[in-house]
Amino acid sequence: MLESEPSDADLVRRAKAGDLAAFETLATRHERRIYTVARRITGNEEDAEDVTQQAFLSAIENLDGFREEAGFATWLQRIATHAALKVLRKRKGLPTVSLEANTEPQEGYDTVPHPEYIADWRESPEELVGRNETSRLIDEALAELDDKHRLVFLLRDVEGLSVKETADALGLSEANVKVRLLRARLQLRERLTRAFGDPARRLEPHRHDKT
Amino acid sequence: MKCEELLAMLNDYVDGGVDPGVCEQFERHLAGCNPCQVVVDNIRRTITLYKDGQPYDLPVEFRARLHSALRAKWRERWGKPG
Repeated sequence: MLESEPSDADLVRRAKAGDLAAFETLATRHERRIYTVARRITGNEEDAEDVTQQAFLSAIENLDGFREEAGFATWLQRIATHAALKVLRKRKGLPTVSLEANTEPQEGYDTVPHPEYIADWRESPEELVGRNETSRLIDEALAELDDKHRLVFLLRDVEGLSVKETADALGLSEANVKVRLLRARLQLRERLTRAFGDPARRLEPHRHDKT
Repeated sequence: MKCEELLAMLNDYVDGGVDPGVCEQFERHLAGCNPCQVVVDNIRRTITLYKDGQPYDLPVEFRARLHSALRAKWRERWGKPG
């Protein structure tokens, strides 16, 4: 007989009451996602393992004070994200929130690279997601970005933090978060469209200046 | 509109959180510009691939170590397994 799976909220309530099995189920449910966040931010397996473990241990420590049972996944993800960023700051020898050694200048849109390879993709993301090759390609594309672009993309687009949360987490102005996000998106788009785009439907880039 | 202006709008447009006046202006541009339409679609698919993609599997040995650590922490916190 199939039992419907308990919700995160149910499991959290049970865990708060001392049910270890409930917590282990939560961990099993979310560990891959947390490990992936940690891996993508820190860029290596060893740090990813440390961060993942830290995040779950921290969840146990702070479970009593955690009120929004339904938001467990997001809470855990935030813990992991901050732990991963801390590892990066430590690696760079930076004591402050900012991941940059120098005062960050205001960046402009005038130096954002324009799209070159423009073509509809042959397949949908759903179709692409199952393939091993896809994982490898998207990881390579991500690794090609500078930290400063990669992190904004990960926090904003993948982890779903707001512009303000991203700015605070990275010690950036909101304006720079937006420009860097655009650069990251365009660079990834360019790389992935070369891999997934249909060459038969390639379009010339359109210079808009005259419009 | 210049390319730079369009690129700035593109960013906000993909997010959906832009003021309606700007959004409308950008949509009018899109209606007449196939390359821009395709770029917007490309970006949306790109984001979806990362967001909804396959998470990494935990290395087997790490997973065992992780759960062992969690149980130890739990015992520490609760005195004995629940």
